[in-house]
Amino acid sequence: MSDVLERVKKIVVDNLDVEGDKVVESASFIDDLGADSLDLVELVMAFEEEFNIEIPDDVQESIRTVGDAVTHIKAHI
Amino acid sequence: MSDRRVVITGIGIVSPLAATREATWERLIAGKSGAGRIDTFDPEDMPCKIAFQVPWVTGRGGGEGDPEAFDSEKFVSKKEMRRIDEFILYALAAAEEAVEDANWRPEDEEEKERTGVLIGSGIGGLESIYETAITLHEHGPRKVSPFFIPSALINLASGQVSIKYGFKGPNHSVVTACATGAHAIGDSSRLIKYGDADVMIAGGAEAVIGRIGIAGFCAAKAMSTNFNDTPEKASRPYDKDRDGFVMGEGAAVLVLEEYEHAKARGAKIYAEVSGYGLTGDAYHITAPAEGAEGGYRAMKMALKNSGIDPTEIDYVNAHGTSTPKGDEGEAGAVERAFGDHASNMSMSSTKSAVGHLLGAAGAIESAFCALAIRDQVMPPTLNLDNPSFETKLDLIPHKAKKGRVRAAMSNSFGFGGTNASLVLREVK
Repeated sequence: MSDVLERVKKIVVDNLDVEGDKVVESASFIDDLGADSLDLVELVMAFEEEFNIEIPDDVQESIRTVGDAVTHIKAHI
Repeated sequence: MSDRRVVITGIGIVSPLAATREATWERLIAGKSGAGRIDTFDPEDMPCKIAFQVPWVTGRGGGEGDPEAFDSEKFVSKKEMRRIDEFILYALAAAEEAVEDANWRPEDEEEKERTGVLIGSGIGGLESIYETAITLHEHGPRKVSPFFIPSALINLASGQVSIKYGFKGPNHSVVTACATGAHAIGDSSRLIKYGDADVMIAGGAEAVIGRIGIAGFCAAKAMSTNFNDTPEKASRPYDKDRDGFVMGEGAAVLVLEEYEHAKARGAKIYAEVSGYGLTGDAYHITAPAEGAEGGYRAMKMALKNSGIDPTEIDYVNAHGTSTPKGDEGEAGAVERAFGDHASNMSMSSTKSAVGHLLGAAGAIESAFCALAIRDQVMPPTLNLDNPSFETKLDLIPHKAKKGRVRAAMSNSFGFGGTNASLVLREVK
């Protein structure tokens, strides 16, 4: 499942227009990667599309870091 | 009204002729046309298959190999691109050129608060609405982008420009169909005169050359359908073979500035916005009133509040959309408004070269008036082979005309029966 991080990374780089080396598991989308609330909604949509899963709204709110996203995705694919 | 005067100190243009002001103007004066077959979608099932598209470096709109083509990456990142419909992209590009031209980049907080933005659009993010409606229909609400609404809202052109430069003055927008650009400039001049701002970034933007936009105007029987194989011949205001307008896209943005403010910082001045008239037809949703009666009153109002002698108007940039009804009505109204002076005046429709930019039309045509005053040359009416009526006006067929331009008038009339006229004059 190690490629989940790589696939998440690629989506984050494309969506947020950030350097790949900044996209580490501890990075906060908002504080470290410059996302706003609308970017987050779009990111989650991109994760759903890429991994063919559905991330419920209440779970979306708990996804704050790259690691949060990877953990959630791994548990549901 | 107050004695504050309003002048134009910056101009930005993204047009079907080129992505910049000077290249657009040069090509306009050279008699070039920006028309072609639509290449952003397959127009085969459309009655009208042609348009005036902005040339892009990607090749779209005939931009391949054109050094003056539009490069979106100069203005927005890929991330920003998803947040904005194309009309906002064009507005940002034109605003950048205008602000650069005026050299107006205030750092001081008070100066930012005295700078406002008023950019309108006739229809706004129609393509975004169309595409999102399909997504919603096919995939449900969870697939609707969070950027859909802010990308489609018309006032987001003004919003995005204000965010980019930190302009914190009046932030406003206009939606009056094809009169939008003219109303944006006129209303902005009033905000400066009234003292609400010292500088206004004003104009219009439009980008609806898509399936739904073309289909909609075709259904309203407003567009040319007889020239699909010769696109450059299709927009032919005043000519007996004209059969409807041809859609254009792009944006024009002016930096309007209070005269003393401009003088104090040594700004270059193109012209003064000296008169503004606005009326309603109260007649029909798409057809102009008989004899362009509403347009006539807008012209008279603009002349009156400009305070100049009507005989100083040497050039009129007409609304002249190349529709059978509208063109003759407007020409007759201009003749009535100016009386004997009409025989000394020139009037052209630059829609023959750039198409009908709808909500951006009044802005780009006002910009052309300012450039005509700067260079003392008037752009031509292309394809005017056989006028369909007699007139005292010189309609400047085919070739640009050098001549004295002390003051110019720009007319814009929109669906719904909304009319605006602007008077621009040289500043001595």
